[in-house]
Amino acid sequence: MGPKRTDGISPDHVTSRSVRLPALLGIVLLVAAGCASPTPSTGSAGGPVVVATAGEPDTLNPVLNYGPDGASLIFDGLVARDARNQLVPALARELPQVSADGRTVTATLREGVLFHNGSPLTAQDVVFTYQAVLDPKVDSTLRSDLDMLASVAAPDPSTVVFTLKHAYAPFLQRLALGVVPAKAFAGQDVNKAEFNRRPIGTGPYRMTSWTPGDRLVLAANDRYWGGKPANPGVVVAFVADDNVRAQRMRAGEFDAAELPPKLAVGFDGQGGHRVHRVPTADYRGVMLPTGNPVLGDLAVRRALNAAVDRQAMVTGVLGGAGEPAFGPVPPSSEFAEASVAGRPAADPAAATAILDAAGWTPGADGIRARAGRKAAFTLMYPATDSLRKELALAVTADARKIGIAVSPQGLTWDAITPRMKTDALIMGYGTPYDPDFVSFKLFGSAFAGQGFFNPGSYRSATVDAALQAGRDSADPAARRAAYATFQRQLAADVPWVFLTYLQHTYVVRDTVAGVTPRVEPHEHDVANSIWWNVHTWTKTP
Amino acid sequence: MTTKAPPTGPPRVRRRRLAGAGVVIRRRLLVAVPVLAATSMGMFALGAASPIDPAQQYAGAAAFTTTEENLAQLRANWGVDDPLPVQYARWVGNLLRGDLGWSTSRHEPVTSVLAARAGWTLLLVGVALALVLVASVLLGTLAAYRRGGWFDRALRSVAYAVQSMPVFWIGLAVIALFALTLGWLPAGGLTDLTATGTDPADVARHLVLPVTVLAISQAPWFVLFVRDAVAESLRDDHVLAARARGLPGRTVLFGHALRTALLPFLTLVGTHLPELVGGAVLVETVFSLPGLGAVTVQAALGADFPLLAATTLATTVVVLTANLATDLGYAAADPRVRLDD
Repeated sequence: MGPKRTDGISPDHVTSRSVRLPALLGIVLLVAAGCASPTPSTGSAGGPVVVATAGEPDTLNPVLNYGPDGASLIFDGLVARDARNQLVPALARELPQVSADGRTVTATLREGVLFHNGSPLTAQDVVFTYQAVLDPKVDSTLRSDLDMLASVAAPDPSTVVFTLKHAYAPFLQRLALGVVPAKAFAGQDVNKAEFNRRPIGTGPYRMTSWTPGDRLVLAANDRYWGGKPANPGVVVAFVADDNVRAQRMRAGEFDAAELPPKLAVGFDGQGGHRVHRVPTADYRGVMLPTGNPVLGDLAVRRALNAAVDRQAMVTGVLGGAGEPAFGPVPPSSEFAEASVAGRPAADPAAATAILDAAGWTPGADGIRARAGRKAAFTLMYPATDSLRKELALAVTADARKIGIAVSPQGLTWDAITPRMKTDALIMGYGTPYDPDFVSFKLFGSAFAGQGFFNPGSYRSATVDAALQAGRDSADPAARRAAYATFQRQLAADVPWVFLTYLQHTYVVRDTVAGVTPRVEPHEHDVANSIWWNVHTWTKTP
Repeated sequence: MTTKAPPTGPPRVRRRRLAGAGVVIRRRLLVAVPVLAATSMGMFALGAASPIDPAQQYAGAAAFTTTEENLAQLRANWGVDDPLPVQYARWVGNLLRGDLGWSTSRHEPVTSVLAARAGWTLLLVGVALALVLVASVLLGTLAAYRRGGWFDRALRSVAYAVQSMPVFWIGLAVIALFALTLGWLPAGGLTDLTATGTDPADVARHLVLPVTVLAISQAPWFVLFVRDAVAESLRDDHVLAARARGLPGRTVLFGHALRTALLPFLTLVGTHLPELVGGAVLVETVFSLPGLGAVTVQAALGADFPLLAATTLATTVVVLTANLATDLGYAAADPRVRLDD
């Protein structure tokens, strides 16, 4: 099939090429040099705010999981959250009313709200948004969060009524989801609609352009119901690599960027920048499955909990950007139970005392054993996550000091998932909004062994009752009591060894005013980052 | 198969040399069909063997709060649990209608992913390749002419040094020098972040560093090859004969020695193309360019086989085309090579 060689003589008309080659190279270099002119700085006063992040949304449609917790810049929910994460009315005129039996929630819409295309917001748009989430044909993972919602209706153009299958105390927290205009989807498949790339909302910014992998350009919505934004627009640059993002921040391209703690430190002493370490509800911990013969023993779990040096992990692994964790409810939450907080530093004496009392005696190699079984287990972590790897190694070192042998193993998620019932795993998640959101499924015995819900099959009647009471009761005091019980029982049973809460670190230029960090959840990118209130930021020269 | 020689004139030589090209192209197209079919089937077989759940990948961090029914519903919507032959038949059927399928990782049609991104990757690879070819032929030939001289030694040292540097590292170093220290060129992106449109001059300015880094990282191989090949052919009989006839050194070097040396070089370019594409993926990451690189990685991690199949097919087409172009180039450059028999 290839070319065939035949005999022949080389004709000579190549001489002209010998002249052409260098000339061509010269042209290429000239073009390159001509293109090279100094980079203009984006720091001009009054220009758009330029922010950079690694995480890029797959779509900009709230129905398909864009900014479900609000602060999505382009959209508004019925409710929003203020700087202390307290619910405030947004598209709803006041916070929606919950009926006495907790099963009917009524919202009255704010008047005169317009979508970016000029069409007025009506109750039908809200109904469409929530029905789309519930529609099985729509590829939305939010359906799982709204599994208590039976139906949603619009008795008149400014009233929306949600009917729940059962009373659900934190339901209003679920209403921060952005509202989309029903008309934009007329006759279209929500999964494939043009809207997902060219969104239309009611929020402080309307989309100008989105080049996936490069940047999202937003322009101020001058008719915003909450007041005209204080800047003409926002540009979100998507830069996946941490080092490159840090370099470009240093080159002056961004007004604010999220950076890993160790790269942010470099900006600490540098003039013109400020490093914000924002508290989060994003915890990391070791899930200890009850199906493991060693970890099934309460003494081993308690000893591990006492042996880990959380303070050293915060300083060493997180570069100071974090705080010790003792439970799944962050200290910033009104539901946090102070009594579960232990010592930030390790307490090896207490840990060895627990193991001695339970009959785990050290062998010749320093590893404890009981009735012929060695105190040893495997600790899995996702191999690509360097933070979880370092935490796993820290746990391994701390456990070794009290005579427990841990073998850390970096694996892919598909290798981890089938082993979660018997092997320990470094896990992490967390939301600051309501303790029910994650904990109900993560620690409820009804969800034991169901994928990522309670993978270690932890079972406690006390915890089940407390979690149920927490979602059933509308009374804040009763809820606080229920979650206090829950946290104390968790601290006694130790199904997880909670290690640290992370802090998200951002570098912000001093020319930006109005930055108000608030406690952040695990998920944050365009929506819900430090720039949650960017529409009030101003830039000075 | 024989072709009659065209009647008259200087173009005669050249035309006869590419005679039969049409047949070769047709034959190659026939071969391309089974190759592409086998490649795409391989992709789907890999997809069936992969333990990755595309629904869980799609959910991302929300997989933590998403119920199993919810995930099963997503898989049903996409038909990814159907038997492999059913999925493959559906994919081929859609392909024949010009529909490359639905990308689950990007959540948009595969055609729009390619339309938005393939152009930037092609531009990056194309310009870098042109730069590499020109620079390596020129530098390699000059080094070979004074073999062992200071230029030759310096060039070889630099080439070996560059070859041992990871593309990633070169990229960050170049950003540190030209974007941070000197401030001449932007550190990344396709346009200025605050630009309102896609101005060609702006894009060109942003592509200078990525193209240069890709070219530099790929050049050593080519430069060293040209240098060795030219040095070798400078000792060939016909070159010595040309020199003995008293032809000027430059004519002998570029007209005789280089010309002979260029033939194997053409093959090298064809086989080296996939490596250039691989380098482009890394360069796109360092310079935050919206090319195919990042989405291909994302597609592989997210078990997004429609998108993977499309990018694999596109790469296969490019490689087959490059092979064909190499062979035709051979025929054009080497009179001993004939396509027509």
